Amino acid sequence: MENLVLKDVESYIDGFARFERSVAGNGWSWLSPLRKEAISKFKELGFPTTRHEEWKFTNVAPITKTSFRLTERATALPAGEELEKFTIPELDVFKLVFIDGHFTPELSSIKELPEGVKIKSLRDALSQERELLEPHLSRYVDLSDDAFSSLNTAFMQDGVFVYVPENTVLPEPVHVLYVSTGTTSPTITHPRNLIVAGKSSEATVIEDYVSLGEGVNFSNVVTELVAGENSHINHYKIERENRKAFNVSTLRIEQLRNSSVSTHAVLIGGALVRNNIHPVLDGEGGSCLINGLFMATGSQHMDNHMLVEHVSPHCDSRQFYYGILDGRSKGIFSGRIVVHKDAQKTDAKQTNRNLLLSEEASIDTKPQLEIHADDVKCTHGATIGQMDESALFYMRSRAIPLDKAKAILLLAFAGESLKRIDLEPLRVYLEGVVAEWFSSEHLNLG
Amino acid sequence: MLEIRNLHARVDDREILKGINLVVNPGEVHSIMGPNGSGKSTLAQVLAGRETYVVTEGEVLLDGDNILEIEPEERACRGIFMAFQYPVEIPGVANTYFLRMALNSIRKYNGLKELKPVEFVKYVKEKMKIIRTSDDLLKRSVNEGFSGGEKKRNEIFQMALLEPKLCVLDETDSGLDIDALKLVADGVNAMRSPERAFIIITHYQRLLNYVVPDFVHVLVDGKLVKSGGKELALELEEKGYSWVENSSQSAA
Ligand SMILES: Nc1ncnc2c1ncn2[C@@H]1O[C@H](COP(=O)(O)OP(=O)(O)OP(=O)(O)O)[C@@H](O)[C@H]1O
Ligand SMILES: [Mg+2]
Repeated sequence: MENLVLKDVESYIDGFARFERSVAGNGWSWLSPLRKEAISKFKELGFPTTRHEEWKFTNVAPITKTSFRLTERATALPAGEELEKFTIPELDVFKLVFIDGHFTPELSSIKELPEGVKIKSLRDALSQERELLEPHLSRYVDLSDDAFSSLNTAFMQDGVFVYVPENTVLPEPVHVLYVSTGTTSPTITHPRNLIVAGKSSEATVIEDYVSLGEGVNFSNVVTELVAGENSHINHYKIERENRKAFNVSTLRIEQLRNSSVSTHAVLIGGALVRNNIHPVLDGEGGSCLINGLFMATGSQHMDNHMLVEHVSPHCDSRQFYYGILDGRSKGIFSGRIVVHKDAQKTDAKQTNRNLLLSEEASIDTKPQLEIHADDVKCTHGATIGQMDESALFYMRSRAIPLDKAKAILLLAFAGESLKRIDLEPLRVYLEGVVAEWFSSEHLNLG
Repeated sequence: MLEIRNLHARVDDREILKGINLVVNPGEVHSIMGPNGSGKSTLAQVLAGRETYVVTEGEVLLDGDNILEIEPEERACRGIFMAFQYPVEIPGVANTYFLRMALNSIRKYNGLKELKPVEFVKYVKEKMKIIRTSDDLLKRSVNEGFSGGEKKRNEIFQMALLEPKLCVLDETDSGLDIDALKLVADGVNAMRSPERAFIIITHYQRLLNYVVPDFVHVLVDGKLVKSGGKELALELEEKGYSWVENSSQSAA
């Protein structure tokens, strides 16, 4: 297939026809109806504008004005050493590396797997695991009003597929590294992840988005996570692409009875980031932790969009989102909790705390409770503040230099979020990543 | 060591310090007393470098250098320490970490090698002999959830750790029970040396029973209106501030 360039709605639709033909021989034909449905949805919706209620604070013009090249499988791979800096020390993982959206076995290591467990690229899974995929793939994500997820579904060709059968514990986390290498013309990828965890299983998956080059990449991601009865699943998303990147992602979590899911997002990279998290508690006794830390500076734009749906009774959800905004950056936290009419004894809590470090930085925070049951406990709270002057002075009076004092306070604030990460090597690593962010030129601490 | 010359300071548009003069020599203990709102904490904060208070006139010399243009952190490095009347809580920052950063900043300033965490723990154990403090308080976040008395003791513990040459104690005795008061006083006395000076701000004679001052000054409405020896504190306790206020008025 010669270069596919995508920009306005028409070019995506034309491009889709060519894309479909190019993947026709891959044994994926069973997907074709799904793709076609998705592209016609996209055609109908078009890209959202700020008149769209869910996109009021985020103008996607930077995306729609850019011509993206649909990435091909890279011919020259980056050297393994170049990726070493993204390795999480002291953590053994099943590692899957995707270079510009394409699974790269040469850089990945998937060791021996327990009986029945599948960890592989979606590309392979599409041709090899149809019977495991078909009941789940695109069954959860709601395309009806979502242009980006529709595009992802139309163009999906790779990503990670994790399948953990019942009563099985995944011995190590899955670390999925999405590397964009672009240096010149803007590229687009559509990572598509599916995590299916059976009854009483346990698994941890880390999605990690990074850049090697300085070029513009648009990661348009959809992840579907199905947590079976009694399962315990941890999901992490680290967004640390370069500051020209676009990252729009939707994490759709389907939780069955007594399942427990925690999802953590740490967002520091990207020019424009939209982080949709949509758990549906669809079985009694489920619990969900939605934890996030977003830190922006320069002209970064980070939009966090939560939709927590309580469908069944006796479920708990806890949202904690913390933002640090410097420069002229803009943060958004929109937290919608919907309690359906049968979801009695729902216990839903939402906390959004924000620190503004400069006059030009801003945050919009918007809680929305939609409650259709009568016996529920729902609370929400949001704070927006500056760095505590008296704490800064206290530290300075103890000889701690101002920039160091600021870094300490920021790390303490960020630590409130990071401390909820149970996976210790990852937490320690992320604390380091965050500390580096504070001390680097990224942040004007002076 | 410290020389304050005609110091005027204001907050917003209000003048609070209205011409303070004070000389403190190495080895001396000065006590400053005075009614609520007279400007004692303001003086302490100005010495420590708080920017809320704008100095409009006068000088503060430390070892001959005017320190008013110097950042608070450098003043601390040069040996000024102020025990806060209201120590600040810093959630999420471990007390030990905070103290190690503080000590290492000062060591670095003085050209000494910074202490590693293990070395620091040893150093802390040593200092705990001067002023007892609990491991629990060291592990917790700085002042967070500390009782009033615990906060004050933590201030003195910091002072012992950082070994400043000029110690300004702003009502460290308020809110302490009798045993804690004794503990703090013992700590201060253990630190008294010919090279170190203290300014002790207090409302009560009781701390001064243990830490006997060389001079007592009375601050009223932003001015030092009376100075004397340790007997002055006793006299004040007996007669109240109206006595000096009146006597200073009649003197004027
Ligand atoms: N940040 C500030 N903003 C406004 N007014 C202030 C501020 N700090 C101090 N003041 C005012 O300055 C005056 C002196 O306050 P200061 O705290 O120095 O008194 P003090 O002598 O320490 O009193 P106390 O014995 O009650 O501790 C008071 O009237 C106080 O209200
Ligand atoms: Mg005071």
